[in-house]
Amino acid sequence: MSREKEKAKEKSRGKNKEFLVIMYLFFFLFLALIAYFVYFQVYKSEAFINSPYNSLQDLFSEHVIRGDIISSDGQVLATTSVSEDGTQVRSYPCGREFAHAVGYAVNGKAGLENQENFSLLRSHEFILKRIGDEFAGKKSQGDTVVTTLDAELQKTAYDALGGYDGAVIVMEPGSGKILAMVSKPDFDPNTVKQDWDQLTSGDSTVLYNRATQGKYAPGSVFKMFTVLEYYREHPRKYRTYSYDCSGEITVDGQTIHCAGNRRHGQEDLKASFANSCNSSFAKLSLSLDRSRFQKTCDGLLFNKKLPIAFESSVSSFSLSKSDSKAMAMETGIGQGKTTVSPLHMLLMVSAVDNNGVLMTPYLVDHVENAAGSRVSSTKTREYGTLLSEKEANLLKVYMRSVVTEGTGSALNGQSYKAYGKTGTAQVSDSTDQTNAWFTGFASKKGYEDLAVAVIVEDSGAGSTYAVPIAKKIFDVYFNR
Amino acid sequence: MVHLIVELSKYLMILLFLIYTYECFHVFRYQKEEERRHIYHVQRVLLFVIHFDAFLILYLSTGNRQMIGFYLMQLILLLAIILSYHLFYKHASELVLNNMCMLLSIGFIILTRISFDQAFRQFMFVCIGFFVALLIPVILQNMSLFRKLTWVYVVLGVGALAAVAVVGKASYGAKLSLSFGGISIQPSEFVKILFVLFIASMLYRRNDFRQVVLTSVISAVFVLILVASRDLGGALLYFFTYLVMIYAATRRFVYFGAGLAAMSLASVAGYHLFSHVRTRVQAWSDPLSVIDKGGYQVCQSLFAIGTGGWFGLGLGQGLPQKIPVVTKDFVFAAISEELGGIFALCLILVCVSCFFMIINVAMKLRDPFYRLTAVGLGTLYALQVFLTIGGVIKLIPSTGVTLPLVSYGGSSLLSTMIVFGIIQGLYIMQFDDRLKKKEMNQKGGRGRVKRERKS
Repeated sequence: MSREKEKAKEKSRGKNKEFLVIMYLFFFLFLALIAYFVYFQVYKSEAFINSPYNSLQDLFSEHVIRGDIISSDGQVLATTSVSEDGTQVRSYPCGREFAHAVGYAVNGKAGLENQENFSLLRSHEFILKRIGDEFAGKKSQGDTVVTTLDAELQKTAYDALGGYDGAVIVMEPGSGKILAMVSKPDFDPNTVKQDWDQLTSGDSTVLYNRATQGKYAPGSVFKMFTVLEYYREHPRKYRTYSYDCSGEITVDGQTIHCAGNRRHGQEDLKASFANSCNSSFAKLSLSLDRSRFQKTCDGLLFNKKLPIAFESSVSSFSLSKSDSKAMAMETGIGQGKTTVSPLHMLLMVSAVDNNGVLMTPYLVDHVENAAGSRVSSTKTREYGTLLSEKEANLLKVYMRSVVTEGTGSALNGQSYKAYGKTGTAQVSDSTDQTNAWFTGFASKKGYEDLAVAVIVEDSGAGSTYAVPIAKKIFDVYFNR
Repeated sequence: MVHLIVELSKYLMILLFLIYTYECFHVFRYQKEEERRHIYHVQRVLLFVIHFDAFLILYLSTGNRQMIGFYLMQLILLLAIILSYHLFYKHASELVLNNMCMLLSIGFIILTRISFDQAFRQFMFVCIGFFVALLIPVILQNMSLFRKLTWVYVVLGVGALAAVAVVGKASYGAKLSLSFGGISIQPSEFVKILFVLFIASMLYRRNDFRQVVLTSVISAVFVLILVASRDLGGALLYFFTYLVMIYAATRRFVYFGAGLAAMSLASVAGYHLFSHVRTRVQAWSDPLSVIDKGGYQVCQSLFAIGTGGWFGLGLGQGLPQKIPVVTKDFVFAAISEELGGIFALCLILVCVSCFFMIINVAMKLRDPFYRLTAVGLGTLYALQVFLTIGGVIKLIPSTGVTLPLVSYGGSSLLSTMIVFGIIQGLYIMQFDDRLKKKEMNQKGGRGRVKRERKS
């Protein structure tokens, strides 16, 4: 009897084969649907949840107290206190020092308050505590964002910039951690709401984060790019380069002066770089292949969004065949139409230090719940290889010579080994205003390398105004 | 306190729906009808508790007294559907019935939350659909005419689709509907049933090459008219259903493979020919980059699903209105946002359960016409679920198809209820067949025994 039944079953299975095929076909389609849904929820949703376009984020503030933002060494940078009647006050104990990095969360948002909005508004507190809070009609405590910012370096940078406008930004090239980010003029994040009209009146740029959003003429700092392009076009001949500097050069009626009209005399490429000789670089720039130069700069983060989850400006560089010789000379010494942000220069020297590999910069080390257990961590990631190892080594040697025998000599003879490039950028043709630049890095045994970019607005020579700021930071970092 | 109830209900509804979904598949472990009946009963209790819980929250969070009245009306309707099946069709599939009511009630819940007016109109459509669906099994049992109406299906179907292509109203780049004095209907929703009947009637007796070619040519007319109306989601639905049915009738994989190849080519051509297809493909590949253009809808959908997470924001706690046409094509996103990702996954599984039941009916039937009809309707249903949810979660570009029984829309709802009516009719038919066979066997068996004795 049972055998007969089985036979009948088999028979019907054979008869229904096509239906089983169709059933499996759809079974797999549905499986794909479910698998993708799970995949989206687990891996992909974060990017959508955290998008500043996602208006659902603010719904969470009804049930969660905005979490704290703290520095890597545990200093509270932003916190929310709840008074007995339930009103909340967001306060920033470190005030102006971290104003741009941490940002604000009223009248729109900026800085980390903007980028980490959703993390701050989520609570991963213990579930029973959250239910208890619900019963008591209390809000749950939001998660804490632990930044990579180093309070001591931030303070050093902030103080070193003193009364000048400008920016300082510091990063660990080996990991991409941003350790300090200062912009001046600054504001008091505790009173943004009250001061709003004043902060945004007229052409005020106080709220602007100059470290990441500044658009400055790079001045001589740009010679890193020019010299790299020359090397790429003359991978052997660059060694025999020589130029006799008479303090100025005139082509097609345009005269380029060296700083202070100083005559550098006979110099090779390395000495031209170390001396930051404008005449030599102006001459050299005329010989460069403009479309290749454009390609080189485009490959070094010009004309594209910088790889950071933070508000930042796009640096611009353009040089084409239709541009005049004068423009080519200006561009080669970092004047002309080129603009860069301090962050961009920082990333460039970080790649040089890191053998050509750029690590993706980041400001958030990890997120933890109110009790201190980790919710998520940022992994260090390579952004990509900007320079070949040979190119990075060449720039290292050249940037070292700036310190040992050139404009960065204030950094010479320290316990650490420093490399860099100074710049003194003219703000415009019509004024004598100049911005002082320094960007470079330093290393010491037993320490992670450190890269900095400094700009001091309306000051003077990079060697006088920007280098000392970098030195203070290196001194603090390498002596602790 | 209300928030706490909302929060707790959120988890409760997920838990109950999980049990319901589990039972959809678990029930087949039991052989005895009584045991199964018990499980179906449990499912119905779960259904009504979820429905009650949802409306409790909706009432508490809105304070709208109308909610209570509307809840009672829905309750009566759902009870009426279940009771009338028990009364008139003892042999109907209880699982299909439960699933239909479950999907309808989820539709009611999410529509009421988003738009009371639309939910109310939906309610009226369900009332109409219920009566129509209730009549279908009787008609099927008493009329064997359906297999002979091949050319009626073609004339009606092609005529209706052509009318849309010529005088239809366009929405989101596609012509979909006809309006008669304020009421707009989407003929393609109904024509797809005619389309399935047409193919079944063509192929149930003969499946030789000539017949397949003839079927293909006429099917191509249907599909091409839809393409001309720029209703590419519809065209895809029809074409795939045609392929599956041809395969089911001929059992030849060659046709299916060739069809898939043709479909791929047509998709590429569609991409180059139609700008709204390109927009949707772009919105699919990287929605955030075109959020201010074509990607807005998909982005809002993904914000909703992502922010809702596994457990949802709670009914009434999210912002589903941010998603354009949320009550129709994107209703799944609203469900996932407020009721949670787990709830949404269960919803998919309930749809899978419906599809399995339809194929199951097809397998048990012996009449080749009805077998083909069932497999065609099952394909339509499953594919529609796949296309709409796949589009909402960005697995595939969105095609503008609705989620059967859940999405707002009279035409979609009525046609799906007709499909479910037909499936119930066929289920009853195969049940009665088997019953007769059993009786005959028993009689025959006894007779044989007697004969043996005589000899």
